[in-house]
Amino acid sequence: MFYREAGQYKTNYAADMAVFPLRQDRIGIAVILLIAFVGVPLAGNDFFLSSVMIPFLVFSLAAIGLNILTGYTGLISLGTAAFMGVGAYSCYKLTTFFPGVNIIVLILLSGLFSAAIGVVFGLPSLRIKGFYLAVATLAAQFFLQWAFVRVPWLFNYNASGAIEVPQRTLFGLPVTGAAATPETRYFVCLGLVVMLTWLASNLVHGRLGRSWMAVRDMDIAAELMGIKLLNAKLIAFAVSSYFAGVAGAMMIFLWYGGGEANDVFTIRLSFNILFMVILGGLGSLIGSFMGAAFIASLPTIMKFGLPALGVPLSGATAEHVTFMLVGALIIIFLIVEPHGLARLWQIGKQKLRTWPFPY
Amino acid sequence: MNAHSTDIAGDPVTQKGEALLSVENVSLRFGGVKAITDVSFDIRKGEIRAIIGPNGAGKTSMLNCINGFYHPQDGRITYKGVRRTRVRPHQAAAAGIARTFQNVALFKGMSTLDNIMTGRTLKMRKGFFWQALRHGPAMAEEIEHRKVVEDIIDFLEIQHIRKLPVGKLPYGLQKRVELGRALAMEPELLLLDEPMAGMNLEEKEDMCRFILDMNNQFGTTIALIEHDIGVVMDLSDRVVVLEYGRKIADGTPGEVKTDQRVIDAYLGVAH
Amino acid sequence: MSDVAAQPAPNLLAKGWVKSGLIVAALVVAAIVGARLDPSGTIHAIFVDPFNQMAQAPDLLVQTIWEGLVSGVLYALIALGFVLIFKASGVFNFAQGIMVVFAALTLVGLYEKGVPAFIAVILTLGVMFVLAATIERVVLRPLVNQPDIILFMATFGITYFLIGFGESVFGGNPKQMITEQLFLPKGAIDLKMLGGIVSLQKIDIAAAIIASLMIAVLGLFFQYTRIGRALRAVADSHKAALSVGISLNQIWVIVWFTAGIVALITGIMWGARSDVSFALEIVALKALPVLILGGFTSIPGAIVGGLIIGIGEKLGEFYWGPLIGGGIESWLAYFIALGFLLFRPQGLFGDKIIERI
Repeated sequence: MFYREAGQYKTNYAADMAVFPLRQDRIGIAVILLIAFVGVPLAGNDFFLSSVMIPFLVFSLAAIGLNILTGYTGLISLGTAAFMGVGAYSCYKLTTFFPGVNIIVLILLSGLFSAAIGVVFGLPSLRIKGFYLAVATLAAQFFLQWAFVRVPWLFNYNASGAIEVPQRTLFGLPVTGAAATPETRYFVCLGLVVMLTWLASNLVHGRLGRSWMAVRDMDIAAELMGIKLLNAKLIAFAVSSYFAGVAGAMMIFLWYGGGEANDVFTIRLSFNILFMVILGGLGSLIGSFMGAAFIASLPTIMKFGLPALGVPLSGATAEHVTFMLVGALIIIFLIVEPHGLARLWQIGKQKLRTWPFPY
Repeated sequence: MNAHSTDIAGDPVTQKGEALLSVENVSLRFGGVKAITDVSFDIRKGEIRAIIGPNGAGKTSMLNCINGFYHPQDGRITYKGVRRTRVRPHQAAAAGIARTFQNVALFKGMSTLDNIMTGRTLKMRKGFFWQALRHGPAMAEEIEHRKVVEDIIDFLEIQHIRKLPVGKLPYGLQKRVELGRALAMEPELLLLDEPMAGMNLEEKEDMCRFILDMNNQFGTTIALIEHDIGVVMDLSDRVVVLEYGRKIADGTPGEVKTDQRVIDAYLGVAH
Repeated sequence: MSDVAAQPAPNLLAKGWVKSGLIVAALVVAAIVGARLDPSGTIHAIFVDPFNQMAQAPDLLVQTIWEGLVSGVLYALIALGFVLIFKASGVFNFAQGIMVVFAALTLVGLYEKGVPAFIAVILTLGVMFVLAATIERVVLRPLVNQPDIILFMATFGITYFLIGFGESVFGGNPKQMITEQLFLPKGAIDLKMLGGIVSLQKIDIAAAIIASLMIAVLGLFFQYTRIGRALRAVADSHKAALSVGISLNQIWVIVWFTAGIVALITGIMWGARSDVSFALEIVALKALPVLILGGFTSIPGAIVGGLIIGIGEKLGEFYWGPLIGGGIESWLAYFIALGFLLFRPQGLFGDKIIERI
């Protein structure tokens, strides 16, 4: 009744090519942004911000990165966590070498190192496809994970073997380190994620995005259209790793905030991000957010939500049940809706368009 | 417009321009299997050239050689007066050779619009930075190419499926979208691999109209593989006939139709 | 119509700059590694010293190769499970490693509940059969005709479900395999040879023999039984097999059950050498580079690939590992496989990949 395109005429191509051609969608996005920037910080307590919202934002960014590679370009990767790690350790080295440079600039720069490493490990994609490539990305995962432990230069020879996040400020407010408040860290995360999502959306809606999808859907035909497969795939690896790298740097510097950050970039994390992409929807940016929200919140719901509802569940059991649930949900989603939560969302919108008179 | 007469079947060959592409003594083997043996022919600027022959005659392999997907072991292919050596498919595309496929090879997850826009890839120049911003020059470029694509959509009469994902379209429409995608490349040489396979009469007539219009309006040179002999006879200026990887006839439809070897190849030889 | 299939034109490595890019990447890695070493002795340490060590202590070399051989056999067994399933159902079964752990856990778990050892084995086989039937009914049948990648991801789901299920039922603590109760030998044989002592664990010898036997039995089963013939038919073409009246569903259950049996045997062998726990999951991933080496559809490939990876990574770890800080076993296998891939993308025994259009 309220959600329909009737009466909205597009008079130029620019309007027709907009990412959200419907006025209602644009209003919706504005409301979401308003809630994210104003509502959440006002309503949420510190625990909510630092244990729910910041992880959600970090995972969303990583999921967008993997979605560009797997969902848009059709190259499956099991090494996302390793590329996140490259971003985190690059950021650490950068803060050591350039203590005067703004931390946000450094976080954004550290993604570039991740992108470079991603391209190196993407080179095998020239000759190998599908499952074989998945195994090749495992090489990246295990090699980099090994390097994070065995190359002490990366963590400045700290005794703990972990990244020690230094305190850095933005406009006088501490952004990283122990003194940074959850609100500040949340705002920085949100700003970065919104900006990078906008860039990702621009890329996938333009020539590059079409090339990626062409490679995904029919690589031979894409090459006969004049798309250089090599370039398209390597750029996808670079962009994807850039997003993963920035997410990794954010994860250590804005979420963990120092300490206990040893050994987080494991294959488990890679899998979790892959699940976010599958459940959220391959080839959908909105889906990346939905998948991240779902997978990231599931353990918290299990741990705190169910006992609050009166279902007694020990911590260990909760973890096992989470595993089973995630596994079962993946299978159910693949069977019922291979396009994930994003497609359910679309179907919902379609229903809404005809509501309340569906015939 | 070139001087293509509407009297198609009897069109004299000599009116067409010089050779756009010539194939000389090309042979292609896969291990011990000979797909093409010592085939020579040429395609002249502005003509519609048909390649016919029974199943397994090497027609698709021939197209694959022309656009660089396969590399023949022997012989030479000259395009626009330049002899090519080991051309890669995307280089052939950049040189103006476009192609449709026997089994529709569309990008199934993308809309009709995006599929045809993909054909404009080579014409788009704006770099990564502008694309990431999707404003200013990149947007202007998108709009400029969108206009071209809309013209093609109008030409092929597929306005109504503009935003639908192509994977779910009926076969005839998919073939049309594929033609549009090739057309968007503004090719000088268009290779059509069985553009009318599996179509009903009406769809075939539409497709014939599009092919003729393309040839007339844009002056596109067309090489076409087709099994429907009636269509071939009506559309093409010249026909080359392959059988078991060898050329058995070459000439105007009229000449080919009466060639004894062609008749034998299609109807079998009485022993 | 369509013409004879051919190898595609693209050979991307033929491009000079791709090759040089790879070489530059390798050099960069070597330089980073080299910078951490004594600058004067780097080349010597990499290319001369390890071979000196091998020549000086041949008994250690033999011992290392034997260790590699044994872990290679276990990799090969996991890879074998993959190959069986991939051949018959085209599914790249990521869950094979977990099936190994799950089978071993079930066996030990049942024994701990007081079931006699051999009855526990039979019951475990029953559980594996139920698992195979359930996977066929719940996962494979609804997903038939979906793209390979979807099925691949579904096996991730199976993996996670089995991890959660196994841990809920049997707990997350490592368990001891019941080697004695299954009459598996213990202890070691010390061979005096090459001026030293090479010590062979009896359980390893048993593992090698049992693995060979099992592969022989599987080979005979495929070659000479009616079900074996049907399996090969399905491997060649699902549709053709259907059209001659072979029940795909039945074949799938049989194949997944066979893979389950292989998993149980692998789990017993593996569990005898270390604990039974889900930590094996990471080790089981090593079967993937084995598959790359051997090709996804070749049983001999899985075995040879397993041995190459096993021996290669043990030699690498023992002689070259210390140069860069050790622990390279975690990734060396993947790099060996990648190195092979660049030259034979179809694996050692795989068929040449033919692209047609």
